Amino acid sequence: MTQHEGITRRGLLGMVGTAAAAATVPLGGGSAAAQPDTGEVTVRMTVNGTATSLTADPRVTLLDAVRERLGLTGTKKGCDRGQCGACTVHVDGRRVVSCLTLLATLDGASVTTIEGLADGDRPHPLQRAFVDQDGLQCGFCTPGQIMSAAAVIAEGRARTDDEIREQMSGNICRCSAYPGILAAIRQARTEMR
Amino acid sequence: MRSYAFERPGTVTDAVRRAGSGSAFLAGGTTLVDLMKLEVMTPDRVLDINRLPLRGLDTTGGGLRIGALERMSDVAADPRVRRAYPVLGQALDLSASGQLRTMASIGGNLLQRTRCGYFRDVSTPCNKRLPGSGCPAIGGENRTHAVLGASGSCAATHPSDLAVALVALDAKVRLQGREGARTVDLRDFYLLPGDTPHLEHDLRPGELVTEVVVPALPWARRSTYVKIRDRRSFEFALSSAAVAVRLDGDTIVEARVAVGGMGTRPWRLTAVERALVGRRATEETYVAAAATAVEGTRPLRHNAYKPELMKRTLVRALLELEQTR
Repeated sequence: MTQHEGITRRGLLGMVGTAAAAATVPLGGGSAAAQPDTGEVTVRMTVNGTATSLTADPRVTLLDAVRERLGLTGTKKGCDRGQCGACTVHVDGRRVVSCLTLLATLDGASVTTIEGLADGDRPHPLQRAFVDQDGLQCGFCTPGQIMSAAAVIAEGRARTDDEIREQMSGNICRCSAYPGILAAIRQARTEMR
Repeated sequence: MRSYAFERPGTVTDAVRRAGSGSAFLAGGTTLVDLMKLEVMTPDRVLDINRLPLRGLDTTGGGLRIGALERMSDVAADPRVRRAYPVLGQALDLSASGQLRTMASIGGNLLQRTRCGYFRDVSTPCNKRLPGSGCPAIGGENRTHAVLGASGSCAATHPSDLAVALVALDAKVRLQGREGARTVDLRDFYLLPGDTPHLEHDLRPGELVTEVVVPALPWARRSTYVKIRDRRSFEFALSSAAVAVRLDGDTIVEARVAVGGMGTRPWRLTAVERALVGRRATEETYVAAAATAVEGTRPLRHNAYKPELMKRTLVRALLELEQTR
C-alpha cells in the first residue's frame, strides 16, 4: 500500500472498477439482462458505520454490492461459492461469506468489511500482525483471513493452535502462508485481550 | 442465476400461504444461493423467512426443542446441548466451516442437497435434478456414493452430519403447512430414492420445517460423533458414526447407533444396537457388533472401501466413548 503522490493502488483500481461496472455490468450476473424483471429490492443498512441505502436486483449478493456498488474492493471474490472464504465480512458482528449472502436479506443490518476494521489510520492488531508475521504472500485471501480471524478471536475460539486451524478452515490460502497466518492470529489474540 | 421474485413473509402463516410449487424458503442461504448460482435450483419466488419467530432452544419438560432458524454455530455452543447431547454438538462442530456454521440454519441443514458431483453439474444427466434423465454416477465416478439404500436410479448420499446424530436420538421434525401442523420422525422424513430420487423427503408442497424436537434421553450424556473425511476440516463425511451407550457396570443395556456417508439417507443401525445390548463393553463386542453393519451393503465400482470403513468408524466411536465413562 505504498502511496505515490496521493494515488493508491486501491484508489486507482477502485475508480477503474466503478467506471467499468457502471458502463457494462448489470448487477446480478451476465445473463440477467435477457430475463424478466421481477422487481428490485431496497435495503437500508450500515456499512462500516455509514448508513447506506441500496436498490438492487434480488439476486445481488452482498459481495457484489460492496465491491461494485460501494467501491469497497478490499473484499475479494474468490470462488463465489462459499468454499474459499476470500469474501468474508461481518454482518451484525458475525462472520459470513458475502458471496452466499443476498443483499436483499440485509435490511437493517450492520456490515463491516476489511475497510472498516482499522481505527482511522491505525491498523487493526490483526492487520499489523499479518505484516509482522508474514501472514501472506500474494495477499488475495488476506482480507478474508483477517475478517474471519477477528471474529474467531472475538468469540474466544482461538485458544489453541488446533482450534485456530479448525476455526480458520473456511479461509483457503493457495500460497500456503498458513504458518504465518497462525502466528499472526496468535500475536493478535494476545494484543486484543 | 435465474431471476426470481423476492418476498419477506411476516408470519409463519403468511410464509406457508405464499409458498407453493416454484417457491423456495430462504434461511441461511448456504445451500440455496449456491445451487441457484449453479442453476441446479431455479425457484421463481424466494421467500426470506429469517424474520419469522422460529428461534430459540427450549429444554423445559425434558428433551430439547430447537427452532428451525437457529444457526448451527449457536446450537453447537449452547451449554445445554453440549452437556445433554454431546453427539449433537460434535456433529455440528465437525460440519462445514466457521463462516457456514454461523450462517446455516438447523432446518436448512436437514434439507441441504446431496454433494453428488453430477447433481451439481447441470451439463450432465441426473435423476434427482431432472427426473428420468439417468444416473451417470452409478456407472461413473462413485467413490463418495452410497452403499446403503441406493437404487438403479440414484446412489447419492445425504450430506448432513447433524441429521445422523438426530436420527440416533429419535428426533422429530415439526412441520407447518396450510392444513395445519404435524410432527414426523426424522428417520421416516427422508425417503429412499427408489425410482423417484427427486422426492427426497416427506414434505408437502409449501410445508415449512418449524422446529426440531429431541426426546429426553438422559444417558445420551455419553454419546459421541466420529467423522472420517479426505481432509481434516471443512469436508463432507466419507464415513461417520453417531453413538450413545448406556452402561450398567460393564454391561451395555441400551445403545443408539447411526452412520453417515454410507446411505442415501441418515442410516440408523438397529442390528448393531441389538448386537451391543446385553454384552460387555469391550473392543471384541464392538468389532462383532460393527460386523453386522455391513449386511446389505452394495458397493459400486469405486466405493468398495466403504463397508470396511464403516466398521472401523463404528469401533473407533465406541472406543472413544469409553474415554468419557
